[in-house]
Amino acid sequence: MKKLFFGGVHPRYKKKLSTQTMDFHTMIPKQVVIPMQQHIGVPCKPLVKVGEHVDCGQMIGDGEGLCVPVHASVSGTVLAIEVRPHPTLGECLAVVIENDEKNTEVKGEIPHNKEEILSAIRNAGIVGMGGAAFPGNIKALSALGKAELLIANACECEPYITADDCLLRTGAKEVLEGMMIMADLVDAGHIVLAVEDNKKEAIIKLKELQSDYPKVELKILPTRYPQGSEKQLIKALTGKEVMTGDLPISAGCLVFNVSTFAAIYQAVNGGQALTKRIVTISGEGITKPQNFIVPIGTSFKEVIEAAGGISEKTERVISGGPMMGVAQKQLSVPVVKATNSILCLLRDENGTAENPVCIRCGKCISACPMHLQPVYTHRYVEAGQLEDIRRLNVIDCLECGCCSYTCPAKLPLVESCRKGKKMLREAEKK
Amino acid sequence: MKLTVASSPHIRGNFRTNRIMLDVVFALLPALAMGIVVMGSRAFLVTCVSIVSSLVWEYLYSLVTRTRNTLKDGSALVTGLLLAMTLPASVPYWLVIIGSGFAIIVVKALCGGLGQNIFNPALSARALMMLIYPAGMVRFFVPKADGVTAATPLHHMVMPALPEETLWEMAIGRCSGSLGEISAVALLLGGAYLVYRKVISLRIPAAYLGTVAVITLIFPKAGNPLQWMGYSLFSGGLMLGAIFMATDYATSPVTPLGQILYGIGCGILTVLLRYYGLYPEGVTYAILTMNALVWILDRYTAPRRFGKQKGGAAS
Repeated sequence: MKKLFFGGVHPRYKKKLSTQTMDFHTMIPKQVVIPMQQHIGVPCKPLVKVGEHVDCGQMIGDGEGLCVPVHASVSGTVLAIEVRPHPTLGECLAVVIENDEKNTEVKGEIPHNKEEILSAIRNAGIVGMGGAAFPGNIKALSALGKAELLIANACECEPYITADDCLLRTGAKEVLEGMMIMADLVDAGHIVLAVEDNKKEAIIKLKELQSDYPKVELKILPTRYPQGSEKQLIKALTGKEVMTGDLPISAGCLVFNVSTFAAIYQAVNGGQALTKRIVTISGEGITKPQNFIVPIGTSFKEVIEAAGGISEKTERVISGGPMMGVAQKQLSVPVVKATNSILCLLRDENGTAENPVCIRCGKCISACPMHLQPVYTHRYVEAGQLEDIRRLNVIDCLECGCCSYTCPAKLPLVESCRKGKKMLREAEKK
Repeated sequence: MKLTVASSPHIRGNFRTNRIMLDVVFALLPALAMGIVVMGSRAFLVTCVSIVSSLVWEYLYSLVTRTRNTLKDGSALVTGLLLAMTLPASVPYWLVIIGSGFAIIVVKALCGGLGQNIFNPALSARALMMLIYPAGMVRFFVPKADGVTAATPLHHMVMPALPEETLWEMAIGRCSGSLGEISAVALLLGGAYLVYRKVISLRIPAAYLGTVAVITLIFPKAGNPLQWMGYSLFSGGLMLGAIFMATDYATSPVTPLGQILYGIGCGILTVLLRYYGLYPEGVTYAILTMNALVWILDRYTAPRRFGKQKGGAAS
């Protein structure tokens, strides 16, 4: 198959684990923990008090600047406002709500012009739901009148995860509607929905809908990790490379995950805030791998129990995918807006090497989608040679994990790249 | 339940150092089998001596220096086997033991061990053996007459003249030479296996063989250009060198462009050494010379920065 971007790997995808059952339902948690930060930027300040009653969809936190609000995902009573564990930030101030299961709901106003649409997207708390969690309204604002190409990202290139796949199988219309809203908003000339060729059922669904949305071009890409990375997807679709530090709009592109488009549709058309999302629960350690619609703030523990619990042999529980996800030390962490999956993995038999030293095979260089040289980054980080680390452009590293994945000596190459970036940041401060 | 908190990625590929080494051994078996069939049991014994002595040297080194026992990574096995492939079946055993000791202890272990050595251990050992006892390194069996030694096809080509063997005989290995180098077909088969298993890429062997093919086609010394090119490709240690020696990870560049330039460099030097050198063969010294240039190739062929267009100012 033709390579549309340099590097990458073909991990075992294991997506069928979680697509055996398709009748996924909405979970009803007893309690939700809503962190005040679920986006890149400034954390929200709580807008409610302990003991107060809240409705589902009510704004409970907001802030200034690069910030989008957070909402109650159930109706009930605020039990506490305190620092709680967070799946990616370690810990974060959070509002704890006890679910009264009455499901009383508040909705936002339906917007009528572009300005109102932008503020509706903001007030619904919409962030990039593919993992990065960048505020959606700010991304859209940066692209107003400049976007030549609007891209819906349904690559979902990480193994195990099928949340976007499920969304397309069951709610492709909402995604396409969301795309049309965004295309009108930013005056995008060209609209593409990009999906990898391992999602056969979703592709069939999309093809059925194609005649209703003639402006949307369906692009079926050969499956390869990390095609869902924004830079790699833009490269695969347009041949353009977005440099580190530049926004995709510098290449005329505006990219959102398909889940984000569905959330935009619900916000603009139904006044619904982002209070729930599809989450894949999978891995060899879970009893019944499947997808759920999970209210934001539901604990990993509750999701795992709903999927039949985990086996004693589970070694890691991961928020996100196996390539870039974050290993959790406790199961009390809540699902946040960017949590597309919870994985329960057993011990990786490929994880250790007999003699963990670099044999200079160069596979990490051939696998790096950012044209980096992890073999040398690793060497210079170990030796503390700051000048050499800088020369290697380690700042470009996406931490996609291809280098570590492919390394026959099982060296911690991604970790070294992270360390290298940290060393450079610290040196700059001085 | 105790949950492990570790850095991503949480899954790894099934590549392993020792799996790669075993793949190389497996890929060498057809060529080795041809060597033993054509040259008889002494070829087998030389191989055994080379492998066993390499393993013993590796073990002794870890014992004396009290470092980790690295026999399991499989690299000593590969070095021993590769060294044997470059030797004539009549080589004295004591010379093989010295050679393998030099390869394992001096060229590999003392230069930092697995992955750190600058020069190809097997070829360095062969070069040393040529130096200390040339007589033991240049007598080759003639496959047609048992026990008789004679000149290899390369000796004819130095004259310059085309060898007596047909191209087909050279391809399958009905000719004299070192015990692992005679059958181009078997070596190509092994190479195809390594490419299929993604142990090596085509970059180095294709650049190396392609360069030799082009130069010998343009500057033939005997026969018609195509014939000369064919004999040049199938004679001596070129196939063994291009597929198994020049692709040695530790002693070849890691960047894609560096690998291509390295292959071209090996090709040019091989032809120059064959045409103008002291010995009929030039593969060993061509590769060892290019080994010394690997760090320069790596340094100046770094991949273009993502987002930096071709021809743009270097950052």
